[in-house]
Amino acid sequence: MRSRTICLLALALALLAGCTGGAGGSANGRITLRFQSLAWQQESVEANKELVKEWNASHPGIKVEYVQGSWDSVHDQLLTSFEGGEAPDIIHDASDDLADFAYGGYLADLRGLLPARLKSDIPQRSWETATFGDGIYGVPFLQEPRVIVANATWLKDSGVRIPTPERPWSWPEFRNITRQLGSGGGKGKYGVAWPLKEPVSATLNLSLSAGGELFHRGADGKVTIRFGAADQVVPRTIHDQANIDHSASPTTLGSGGSDTLPGFFGGKYAMVPLGFSYRQQIVQQAPKGFDWQVLPAPAGADGLTQGVSPQTLSIAEDSPHKKEAAAFLDFLLRPKNMVRLALGDWMLPTGSRALRDPALHTAEDGWATGTALAAHLRSAPAQSVRGYPEWKDKVATPAFQEYYSGAIGLAELRRRLVKDGNLVLARYQR
Amino acid sequence: MRARTSTRVGRYAALLAYLVFLAFPFLWLLSTAFKSPRELGSLHPTWIPRHPTLDNFRQAFDEQPLLHAALNSLLAAVGAAVIAVVIATPLAYVMARHRSALTRAATGWVVVSQAFPLVLVIIPLFLVLKNLRLINSLAGLTLVYVVWALPFALWMLAGYVRAVPAEIEEAAAVDGAGRLRTLVSVVAPLLAPGITATGLFAFVTAWNEFFFALVLLKTPEKQTLPVVLTHFIGAEGVADLGPLAAAAFLATLPSLVVFALIQRRITGGMLTGAVKN
Repeated sequence: MRSRTICLLALALALLAGCTGGAGGSANGRITLRFQSLAWQQESVEANKELVKEWNASHPGIKVEYVQGSWDSVHDQLLTSFEGGEAPDIIHDASDDLADFAYGGYLADLRGLLPARLKSDIPQRSWETATFGDGIYGVPFLQEPRVIVANATWLKDSGVRIPTPERPWSWPEFRNITRQLGSGGGKGKYGVAWPLKEPVSATLNLSLSAGGELFHRGADGKVTIRFGAADQVVPRTIHDQANIDHSASPTTLGSGGSDTLPGFFGGKYAMVPLGFSYRQQIVQQAPKGFDWQVLPAPAGADGLTQGVSPQTLSIAEDSPHKKEAAAFLDFLLRPKNMVRLALGDWMLPTGSRALRDPALHTAEDGWATGTALAAHLRSAPAQSVRGYPEWKDKVATPAFQEYYSGAIGLAELRRRLVKDGNLVLARYQR
Repeated sequence: MRARTSTRVGRYAALLAYLVFLAFPFLWLLSTAFKSPRELGSLHPTWIPRHPTLDNFRQAFDEQPLLHAALNSLLAAVGAAVIAVVIATPLAYVMARHRSALTRAATGWVVVSQAFPLVLVIIPLFLVLKNLRLINSLAGLTLVYVVWALPFALWMLAGYVRAVPAEIEEAAAVDGAGRLRTLVSVVAPLLAPGITATGLFAFVTAWNEFFFALVLLKTPEKQTLPVVLTHFIGAEGVADLGPLAAAAFLATLPSLVVFALIQRRITGGMLTGAVKN
């Protein structure tokens, strides 16, 4: 028995010895940059890895190491890495996740690091999504508008007017058409299925089209919430579709976008408002012969304007090689490369030259419709407002969910969003 | 007689319902792993894939280093299980046999330590490991798993020690066996099922663990299986369902195999103990 115990101890030590490994770093004067990418779809991962390979082949003195991250847990993982001084040099994230890191001093201000070419290629409205205070803490490079994916046959058969980016539906017209599609479809069929598992970002981003800002910054720099007529257009439309017209499926209000697809393919819903990148899933999963098309989201007083939180690339403040990291970003985001990344992720690039690429203007898979919306995309409301995550989780999400399900009315929704919401924001703005 | 029969039928029905409840996620995972994207998007899902395909497995292996990640998981899990058992066994014996203020305090601490949420300890733990130069190393991760599994392992093993009648040790002493001899030749064999169960618990805990691995391992070649599985999930929770199910199915196999191999020993040991008492 004693010899068995000794064997066990020896095995444990051997395993530990086998497990031990040194951390990566630079050696022989060669700089090593760690690039944490959140690319996850096969084409996107391949595009990123190929670009890293091309960079390494053409820059022998600066090696970029590709590190695979995950959207699922990026915030916690980055926070711990920053606190421990072990963050990657180049960080892939989304603009709505950057506020805490930017204000916390974990990300480098990119204003003095990026080349003029890149600065001028990306429009100011996109830079605003990654601007916090006076600094720019990320390069916005991929974005996705919310579009309406429609069953083309159903729409054609119903004879409704098909909207285009030049002549979109208005919100009242959208409601009427949804009603028409729903009543013509038969029992258990709906004109639209809103996947509103995350109701706040969807509502706020679409509300920009009607001129709804919700968050208003005063002269003193403090932000307050107001829920005016323009802010009510989108929530009321969704609420009325689900609860008055019964033209929107009540069961998908708590679902994610992917969850609505089987019903869409199965002919239960004529239309599903989804992020532009969902087209990849539709191409993969749609039954053979299923005819679908991409339509622009309805327009309001401010036209097709929508809020977006683009994917961003940032540089860690602790990185000893910020200049080299910026050079890599410049390479990665050259117009041609940006197009490769956009195609891989089924999203739109932010760069104006990349947006002119013919590959993004084909009618196939709705690329042209999405690309036509790029000029209308703005920074998502409130993403730079401190206290927004708490307001979203504790106040707005349950309030919108209850309103859309018909449990509360508009007055109660307003009370919660404004009264309870301003109390939350006030704590962050003392 | 009829009442007894209906009671028995009721029991079996309840047992069957419980088994179905337990097996459902795994069977659904299995079914999903063999379905094509088109079938996954079907409005009327079926248990048996209509057109079974291995494409999801192929894609999972093509896209992510699953085998390498599985090896990392195996090293960390086996290391954690072995070390936890080696440390916990003598400690559990002392806690169970020698009642004193110190052992009572230790037992209390074991219970309290289970109450700390992960997020509370992760940053201090990260800083400690960084100072020890154990960030991004499987040794560091193994160490964390040992510490994480130890309180429950102690608690579990102490229960097994208490189930071994002290009279057996006294009988061995009467027969002339010394303390060490008694422990090695009498107590240890009776504890074997408990040690096995504890080792299995530590192994499965470490094999499935995600958050520590995510935070402590930095480079792709060190990542463990649960971390690699998240790479099939994109923004807003959108998942590449087929490859994810295929990879997750493969990831559950080792735990199932280990458990299947040693479950008879565990239950057998427990029953033996029950008869003796």
